[in-house]
Order: sequence, then structure tokens, then C-alpha cells
Amino acid sequence: MFSAASRQALQSFRATNFPCLRIHQHCIYLSRSLSTLVILEQQEGKLNNASLSAVTAAQKLGGSVTGFVAGSNIKSIAEEIAKVDGLEKVISVENVAYDRGLPENFAPLLAQNIKDGGYTHVFAPSSAFGKNVMPRVAALLDVQQISDITEVQSEDTFVRTIYAGNAVLTVQSSDPIKILTVRGTSFAAAPIGNGSAAIEDGVDPKAEALTQWVSEDLTKSDRPDLATAGRVVSGGRGLKSKEEFDRVMVPLADALGAAIGASRAAVDSGFADNSLQVGQTGKNVAPELYLCAGISGAIQHLAGMKDSKVIAAINKDPEAPIFQVADVGLVGDLFDKVPELTEKLKK
Amino acid sequence: MSAKLRILVPVKRVIDYAIKPRVNKAGTSVETAGVKHSMNPFDELSVEEAVRIRERKKASVDDILAFSAGPAKSADVLRTAMAMGADRSMLLEHDPEKEGGELEPLAVAKVLKAIVEKENRNLVILGKQSIDDDSSQTGQMLAGLLGWSQATQASKVEFDGESVNVVREVDGGVETVKANLPMVITTDLRLNEPRYASLPNIMKAKKKEMKKITLQELGVDATKRLKTVKVAEPAPRKGGGKVEDVDGLIGKLKELGAI
Repeated sequence: MFSAASRQALQSFRATNFPCLRIHQHCIYLSRSLSTLVILEQQEGKLNNASLSAVTAAQKLGGSVTGFVAGSNIKSIAEEIAKVDGLEKVISVENVAYDRGLPENFAPLLAQNIKDGGYTHVFAPSSAFGKNVMPRVAALLDVQQISDITEVQSEDTFVRTIYAGNAVLTVQSSDPIKILTVRGTSFAAAPIGNGSAAIEDGVDPKAEALTQWVSEDLTKSDRPDLATAGRVVSGGRGLKSKEEFDRVMVPLADALGAAIGASRAAVDSGFADNSLQVGQTGKNVAPELYLCAGISGAIQHLAGMKDSKVIAAINKDPEAPIFQVADVGLVGDLFDKVPELTEKLKK
Repeated sequence: MSAKLRILVPVKRVIDYAIKPRVNKAGTSVETAGVKHSMNPFDELSVEEAVRIRERKKASVDDILAFSAGPAKSADVLRTAMAMGADRSMLLEHDPEKEGGELEPLAVAKVLKAIVEKENRNLVILGKQSIDDDSSQTGQMLAGLLGWSQATQASKVEFDGESVNVVREVDGGVETVKANLPMVITTDLRLNEPRYASLPNIMKAKKKEMKKITLQELGVDATKRLKTVKVAEPAPRKGGGKVEDVDGLIGKLKELGAI
């Protein structure tokens, strides 16, 4: 093993002389010193679950894994992260300026810490935060990011989907630093265990936030989080109105202890909030059970749910494409079938 | 608003959203020959928003420049953008077949930065993602390269004196951010309902300027960073058939261990 100082030297050597990564005889020597930074997302003192999937993805590489978190009162979250098994170190930056994840100051913060730490890989969740901030980081570091990966094949080869999940792309990066965002449903969340990673203060370049955060309006709900729920019930255009959506779908969700999702058509028609949209341009879900009603199964919708373990569909159109992927399909009027199902599930 | 808006709307030609793409036999890419293409749906929203900003008159718009990088046929999507209301356009011809794949988001961001500087733009409106590559990177990268404010996944854009208020779609709801120009905005589906170009406007668009431009002129190095190892069909999922009634549904779900 290398001493900390020589490892540091090696890392900075690699950062400035990245072409050596391509020289084969050096690969084994270098692969021992893969060093990964995982960006963990926090909102108001709560750790985002999708971040823990990014930790799992990072651990697939081997090599050392360091966590990174920033915001106000960050110590307690840093301590929570330090318990995640397999993390060697947690870097925390205490500054209220990072609470809202504004990319104009968050990206320079990350770029600086990535450069200073000599990391070879950076993993972040493919959440709204990760999507917003990481490409900006990649641009600052002159790196071509790889978005929403579903598999880690080797230190430079990763798998992701393209064309709304209709094709699976395996891609190899020649960048000196690999910047990756991770599809949460493709990797289990790393458990918060009994680890005791060292917590260190990161560098704070204090870049100016050009954008001002004004307000937020989040959908309050006691339901499980859509992206990570074990069961999801989802409604589409067939629900006809917001009132009907709430009347029919909410009791079913309650009976199953499920999160509620919706198709784009239902969201666009105002039946459900945008944050509940499942699909290519909404959320990717992969629950144990995905039960949908009044959803035809357009390719953009299938992109967001076809990795679910069991898919059940209720639709009055026997030709609806959803039946081609559903493990169990019921042809019928959802306004009869869903309440009947809800009643029978309650028993 | 005192500053006049000089808007850039980058648009991309992609396989039409309603088409189910097929992976080619060699497993190197998705089959594009003979497949219907159209403007990336998110980019239609960008064009529409630029035109609406002019129509709402809350801000004064100097001009709207549409840009596309791609094969020669990308001229079609630029014509569409001009028929919707863009004043002029620029095309960077780049044939993915001949040039080893399409430009990567980082390269496109560098191209756009060069155009922003060359054409003195102060607002860039992009789609939040293209529906072929699904990377969702270009707008953020461009903002980073320019050092500008960014507001991604916008569902509402409002001009208020010197600043721009943007409602963004985030996990769990929406948030509002405020920034001054210059800035980069990326569009979410809920931003607006793009108009259809009328026949007279399509005819007029034929007379609007479309300037050709090259990577060399812009001085952009578009060396690829990523190599496609393979493109494959996703694991097929086969339907498990239908049941007669609700009891059958419950029975099957129990059998599958889902409830």
C-alpha cells in the first residue's frame, strides 16, 4: 500500500497526465488507486435516498469511496453518512449558501473539491438536483458526463438507456475524470450501517450564486416516495378528471400502501401533480408492483416503469399496448373495476 | 426591461417521438434511415416560449435565432422553427454517419457558447433533454461554460423589470428562482403548448435567412470523449395475459407474490 502522501502525489500525477490511463501495462497499478467521490444530496437536513443508490454504484468500482455533502448544519448529516458501510471518508462543507443546491455556486464547489481530491470518478444521483448541477460541473472540468447509468461494467465502461429506454447503450469514456449520474432504481440504496468514516472539511471556493432561490411548493404527502416505493398505483387519461382521479386512485393506493403515479396525459390534464409523472420525462420507478388504470402504455410511459417487478393493468381497450408488458391485465371499465378491487383488497 | 433580448433557441432533429426505435443489426446504433424525424418536442417548447416572450411584450425582443447541429436534413427543423416565429437560423452540418456519431453534449455546449459570443446573445432557451440521447446536459453545460445563471426544467418564465422569475419542476413539486440576464433556461413539458405553423408562415419561413456554419469557423474542438461499445435491445418483457375479473386479478397478483 502507498502512504497517504504518495497516494496524493499519484492522484495529482494522474489528474494532470491522464493519457497514462490508456497505457495498458499501467492499468493494474492504477486501478488500485481508483478514487471515487459520491455527491450526497440533502434537503433541509434530510439525506436523499437516491444518493445512497449512488454510493452502491460507486462501490461496484472498487477503490476508495468518499462521500461529499454541503449545506447548513451539515455536521449531523455528515455523521449519518459516515455510518454508511464502505465509505472511507466524508467531506463536508458547512455553508448556508449550498442549501438549495443552486448550480451556479454548487458546481464550482464540486469542481474545486474534485480537482483538489484528485478523484478519478464522481457519482451523483440522477435526481432533479443531480441533473441540474452535475452537467455544469462536468463542463467546468471539461468532461463529457454520462447520465443516468444503470450498470457499472468497469472503471471506464458504463451502461445507460437511450430513446426512452428502447435501446441500451454501453459506452466507454476516455475522460480523465468520469462524471456519472446514477439511476436510483438500478442500484439498491447503500445501508446506513456501523461505518465510521472520517469527516473532513472540504474546500469552499465561495463562488457567487447568480441565481436567487425564491420559494418552493412541494406536494405534501404521507405516502411513500414515488421513486423508491415498493408499490405504485398509477392513473392515466382514462380517469377523466382530478375529482375522479382522487376518488378512484387514492383509496386503492391506501389499500395497498402504495405511492401514486400518473401518466403524462393525466398530469397535463391537471388530474395529478407533475411531480407524480412516471415516464421518460418524469420519474423512473421499479417497484415490486406497478398497478395502472386508464393508461394506454405509450413508449414514453413504459420508459419509466417497465423495470417494475410485477405490472398489472386495468384498461377498457383490449388492444392497449400496456397489455403487451403487463404480467396481469384486466379489460374493463376502471370506474367499476378499481373500486371493486379496492374493496376486495381491504378484506 | 431595459436590456433588449437577443434569444438563441437551439433545436435538434430527432426520430419522431411516436416512433418505436429499432436497434440496427450490427448493434452499433438505432436505425435512422427511412424513419420519420421531427423537431425534439422539448425544443418546440423553446421556440414557442421565445415567440411568446416577444408576443407578451413584457420584455422587448430584438431577435430570435434558431440553431441546429446535425445532418443536412436538420434544415427542416430550422424551417419549422422559423415558421413558428424565429427570425433567422444557423445550421452546423454534422453527419453522424460520416463523422463517427453525433456531437456529444459537451461539444454542442461549446458550439453554442461560440454562437452566443459571435451573435451577442443574452438569453438561450433549450429543451431540457433530447428524446434520443436522453442525456439532459447541454443547457447546464452551456451555462457553466458561459458562467451564466441557469434555470432548468422551467414550467413558467416571467419577466419582472430587470430580472427573470422561473418556476422549475423539481422532485416533489416546483421551486421558483430569480436571476438577471444573461441566462440559460431549459424547458419542461408544462411550459407551454407549441403552436402549429400555419401555411402562410411556412411559406414566409422559406424566405428567412438560414446561414451555414462550420466547426472550424467557430474554432470548436469536438473530439469525442465517449466511444459506443454497443447498442442493444432492452431485455424484452412479455405480457402475462389477461384475467376475466377482479378476483382473477387479485389471484394472479397473489400468485406472483405482489400482494
